[in-house]
Amino acid sequence: MTEAGRLDARGPAGVTDGGATAGAGGLDARLVVDRGDFALDVTLGARPGEVLALLGPNGAGKTTALRALAGLTPLTGGHLRLDGETLEEPAIRRRTAPEGRPVGVIFQDYLLFPHLTALENVAFGPRCHGMPRAAARTLAAELLDRMGLADHAGTKPRRLSGGQAQRVALARALATGPRLLLLDEPLAALDARARLDVRAELRRHLAAFEAVAVLVTHDPLDATVLADRLVVIENGRPVQQGTPAEVARRPRTDYVARLVGLNLYQGEAAGHTVRLAPGLGLATTETLQGAAFVAFPPSAVTLHRERPDRGENAWPAEVAGMESHGDRIRVALTGAGPAAGLPLAADLTAVAVAELTLALGDAVWVSVGLTETHAYPA
Amino acid sequence: MTDHSPATAAGFRGTSGVRSRTGVRGGGRAPVALVLPALIGLAFLLLPLVALLIRAPWRSLPDQLAGAAVWQALRLSLQTATLATAASLAFGVPLAWLLARTTFPGRRLVRALVTLPLVLPPVVGGVALLLALGRNGVVGRWLDSAFGITLPFTTSGVVVAETFVAMPFLVITVEGTLRAADARYEEAAATLGASRLTAFRRVTLPMIAPGVAAGAVLAWARALGEFGATITFAGSFPGRTQTMPLAVYLALQDDPAAAIALSLVLLAVSLAVLAGLRERWTGAL
Repeated sequence: MTEAGRLDARGPAGVTDGGATAGAGGLDARLVVDRGDFALDVTLGARPGEVLALLGPNGAGKTTALRALAGLTPLTGGHLRLDGETLEEPAIRRRTAPEGRPVGVIFQDYLLFPHLTALENVAFGPRCHGMPRAAARTLAAELLDRMGLADHAGTKPRRLSGGQAQRVALARALATGPRLLLLDEPLAALDARARLDVRAELRRHLAAFEAVAVLVTHDPLDATVLADRLVVIENGRPVQQGTPAEVARRPRTDYVARLVGLNLYQGEAAGHTVRLAPGLGLATTETLQGAAFVAFPPSAVTLHRERPDRGENAWPAEVAGMESHGDRIRVALTGAGPAAGLPLAADLTAVAVAELTLALGDAVWVSVGLTETHAYPA
Repeated sequence: MTDHSPATAAGFRGTSGVRSRTGVRGGGRAPVALVLPALIGLAFLLLPLVALLIRAPWRSLPDQLAGAAVWQALRLSLQTATLATAASLAFGVPLAWLLARTTFPGRRLVRALVTLPLVLPPVVGGVALLLALGRNGVVGRWLDSAFGITLPFTTSGVVVAETFVAMPFLVITVEGTLRAADARYEEAAATLGASRLTAFRRVTLPMIAPGVAAGAVLAWARALGEFGATITFAGSFPGRTQTMPLAVYLALQDDPAAAIALSLVLLAVSLAVLAGLRERWTGAL
């Protein structure tokens, strides 16, 4: 991206340290933060130009990881290297203060300085890096122009819309030419309509960003649209990583399965069958051996009042809840018999629900379409 | 002697909140058990001021105020109060920042010590200042021998006494504002390359400006009314250390009419300050 190159060429102090960068570009980090009641231990790696999303439920440690990358929360172990330069490594007592790191942050509520105009906000970083006032203002004006905010350069943050504030925050973070861009829930502060536009726009800017970008989100759609690679964090540990498509196709935890809208079971595979519980096997098209996951969408589930004729992939269950879900009705079920306690989500049409005269607590039979199951090694 | 305590300031804010919550404005009836003591309290606060206006020697007032001594005392009061406020700002704001934004061993103790002059009788403060900065004081002896600086019974001494009494008001007010201000703005500044000092100067200070101004007004008003510590540490020499409150008190001994006239001037100054700052700053008080 050009502003990074331009700023580097002008050589603001501390933006790039000409250390050994050959062959070690990008992010290489093991973030260990032990606070007693909560421990984070996440290993992250990304090449320049890559967008990494940290996805996880509230309290999983996403924001702590982001703060650790920015230097706002000290590491208690591990290391943080960026383009080959060690920014932090407690074992050798090395730590670069936040203001010395080539890192740009877009905070969840942006934290634009309320007493400064949009232009002054964007010029703040370059000024801190020693750029003369006039040059900093010119750079800020160019960045705002590129964000389509040329008309709002003199506007104070409280008079900006959520989407505009987000773009100012992005321009402000990019103005110092960071080698690592951090975004904390970048779309969470926006209403649903603004979100759609801003998401598409942010995707464009991130795609053009040539260094590493790490974003934190609890929204799988944001992560899928914006990121090249996902790292799912639960309880301070990474539980799954891969491209959005891989993660969506092969969830490995209940949290991820819920996020991507799949039923997920773990069992023991033997050929075409995955044994979920004693007396309960699920037939699949894949052939596997050993520990395995089986995933299938709620639309693959059919409900019956009586035991279906072909007993394969069927088990008794009890209706635990119903709610409308688009043009479908999402039925939550709890397994009975050999499937005792097994949760299951089924998507039915309103007609199907009416024909079955379903009510809460009803005992039914469920069956899962063989061709829609997907089994993979655990 | 008037005591402008921060509790009074907090009281103002609280009153407006209570009013909207109980819905007195919205037509609900205020209980007599609250209204009656409130009116008594109001009358008690206003009565002395009314008496001052009633008994004022309005006819001889021009003659009373024509004397150079009045204006000398007033000018000295305004000058020293302003200098004391400036000193309080210069040292008090950084002190407030230290208390609000850093952790160090004994921070709570330091905070308690900072607030001590708030509750300390000013006369005791004056005595303590004499023991510290007097000609034979702990530090004063050394100031005298090394630099030839003597503080007691000088105009500088007045400023020192007023600063001692007024600065805690500023520190407490600014510290409260700092604690209420979102420290994450300083983190945002840090990620943009700002040192803590730059972040303080360019982000924190502008954001807490209303609180700093409120603290400065409180400190200035307290310094203007300072009596006990000033007369103990600096004495009462006309033109040098005799500020308005001292002049009022001494005039009361042999010329009550003059004392009333002087009091009226101080009252006018206070009202002028209050009116002048009403729009801009009292919202933060």
